[in-house]
Amino acid sequence: MSKTASLQKVTFLKLPEPLVNSIWLLKLKGALLPLIGLAIFMVLWNITAKNIDTSLGQFPGPVQVYEQSINLWNEHQAEQEKAAAFYERQEQRNAKRMAADPSYQPKIRPYTGAPTFFEQIWTSLYTVSVGFLIASFIAVPVGILGGLSKSAYAAINPLIQLFKPVSPLAWLPLVTMVVSAVYVSDDPMFSKSFLTSAFTVALCCLWPTLINTAVGVSSIPEDLVNVSKVLRLSAMSHVLKIVLPSSIPMIFTGLRLSLGIGWMVLIAAEMLAQNPGLGKFVWDEFQNGSSESLARIMVAVLVIGAIGFFLDRLMLLVQRKVSWDKSQNLR
Amino acid sequence: MSSITLLSTAVFADGDWPEKEELKLGFIKLTDMAPLAIAYEKGYFEDEGLYVTLEAQANWKVLLDRVIDGQLDGAHMLAGQPLGATIGFGTQSHIVTAFSMDLNGNGITVSNDIWAQMKQHIPHENGKPVHPIKADALKPVVDSYIAQGKPFNMGMVFPVSTHNYELRYWLAAGNIHPGFYAPHKGDISGQIDAQALLSVTPPPQMPATMEAGTIYGYCVGEPWNQQAVFKGIGVPVITDYEIWKDNPEKVFGVSKEWADKNPNTHKRLVKALIRAAMWLDANDNANRPEAVKILAKPQYVGADADVIANSMTGTFEYEKGDKRPVPDFNVFFRYYATYPYYSDAIWYLTQMRRWGQISEQKPDEWYFDVAEKVYRPDIYAQAAQDLIEEGLASADGFPDFASEDGFRAPQTHFIDNITYNGKAPNAYLEKFSIGLKGEQTL
Repeated sequence: MSKTASLQKVTFLKLPEPLVNSIWLLKLKGALLPLIGLAIFMVLWNITAKNIDTSLGQFPGPVQVYEQSINLWNEHQAEQEKAAAFYERQEQRNAKRMAADPSYQPKIRPYTGAPTFFEQIWTSLYTVSVGFLIASFIAVPVGILGGLSKSAYAAINPLIQLFKPVSPLAWLPLVTMVVSAVYVSDDPMFSKSFLTSAFTVALCCLWPTLINTAVGVSSIPEDLVNVSKVLRLSAMSHVLKIVLPSSIPMIFTGLRLSLGIGWMVLIAAEMLAQNPGLGKFVWDEFQNGSSESLARIMVAVLVIGAIGFFLDRLMLLVQRKVSWDKSQNLR
Repeated sequence: MSSITLLSTAVFADGDWPEKEELKLGFIKLTDMAPLAIAYEKGYFEDEGLYVTLEAQANWKVLLDRVIDGQLDGAHMLAGQPLGATIGFGTQSHIVTAFSMDLNGNGITVSNDIWAQMKQHIPHENGKPVHPIKADALKPVVDSYIAQGKPFNMGMVFPVSTHNYELRYWLAAGNIHPGFYAPHKGDISGQIDAQALLSVTPPPQMPATMEAGTIYGYCVGEPWNQQAVFKGIGVPVITDYEIWKDNPEKVFGVSKEWADKNPNTHKRLVKALIRAAMWLDANDNANRPEAVKILAKPQYVGADADVIANSMTGTFEYEKGDKRPVPDFNVFFRYYATYPYYSDAIWYLTQMRRWGQISEQKPDEWYFDVAEKVYRPDIYAQAAQDLIEEGLASADGFPDFASEDGFRAPQTHFIDNITYNGKAPNAYLEKFSIGLKGEQTL
């Protein structure tokens, strides 16, 4: 609708040419404008960076950031080689120890070197997924409950309002202490820093899903509810056959918001919990204070942004797939 | 690859296999974490059958908490941390150390502005300030701030850090009161009666905090003093070598519980660390340039190599261009640097008492008991003897274990010329004009 409207305007005001031509132009505009925006940003970035002198040297411009991204890749490659040598040495050691001590159960341990930037990206993605899944498993059922029953919603609502605005930095010390106290194991499956980060993410990204689910469920058309009543569906089938399908678009809107918040929160959580992901990368580089640190942090900033964008698009795709109302304008 | 050739001699000496082979050790980004990085890079940990992961920690508190709750098997610690934790100043937990990581390595830096005001009060020779610079030169500056009603803020890295005690020692020697702690009243800010207000800032943030004007100066380890010179934001006025020649600095700490559970692993860790310390000091610091390259990697200290090199290779740059030789700025092995002397532990305890972190008078016996609980030269001796037997170290690098009682001979070479005798802690405290002594309480 809006597209055709603007199209008419353009053709009417400026270009009294055949319509086909205008469509082609529009497509070009669609591709060109973001590029122009990017180019202007690059130029501004470059100029501004040259004029900012920090105690760690000049603020990094696009060139330095490009160099550092190459550097990070090279470091990753070098680390792979070191890892290969590590495994080789380990096998030799194991063999010798077996010879000296036959009762020894040889074991191949994972490489002990520092995680590279690319491994840290994976750690971050893994952590945010776990946190997001925990949040979703709590938020969707509670949201459905709140949507179905007005009294349940009245009971949960103050809690939602109270906890929704709390910053991850406030949760983190509490979560850290609880995890250290509760999760005691000789051979832990997960590291505490991972659990702390994941739970903090979960606590912060719970709320949009919860609220959207409740709203989605409570706004099911009256007709559908009546159908369910006429058919005398059991409570379970009512939820599965009527409530879920009709509130799925809203639930996914909530999930998408939640994932976005989760990704933002994760970086802060990792910084403080020392979970070896992108947050720790940024913190460590800040602490390094070398002349390359700022450029390396800038690489991380761009990667964090790109991944956030990618995650959002991914959720959008899923949202489009599950949404029955195809006329809805999703963006 | 040299590590592979050493494999047979080191690991398979006898049947004392490590109880735990995969270890995670924490450190703070400071050059004195070098023994850990070297033991890893040179394969000394692997030679002991240990698979060690080194992980930088956000700050000293996080590091200590993670050793206490078992997320870290051990860590590079401030000498005061195991002592403070064991006697319950801060988080209470029994921590032990069997390896002292280095001597010296810190400095006190002030901002350019303060330096300009201080400089008028410092005697000059050949156009250069005469060293060591005493806090007497800072005293008029602090007085003028107090007269104007402005607080004189300085930074140190942790309440039980060497840096806190060194900065306090230097200030008090120049008649500037650095303030008391009163933990029994819940006051752990350490600013009671203070003329200079000290507060905690993590080492890597020191230069930035000073640049922002939050603090006027700080005491910190390298490379953060040289960083200030390099960035032109401040001037180091004194190194801790000049405050107390060859003072013990960092230690390698583990929890008592962990040490009891993993005696072989602990001994093997100490063996690897001793070899790393030997490597760092070998042939008159010949390996230091290589060490600098390793430390400059982003996963270790990560600062620029030329900044780290400034202090690691035997020189120290005070004012920009005023580079002076300080061959012993960082000592990792010589002078028995790695041996955990009881007297070193007791010096830290005396300073805790002096500044009120220990609120009541304790008998001399108490000092000896705490030192014995925390410092474990017995484990160090076992590790060293193993190395000697394996031909990896020579006996003359170590104290004579049969006769060593753990007390260094009374030490002089303090900036205020007071002699320290570890065998008489209470008598030592009496010698200071500023500080708690005898039965004094706050």
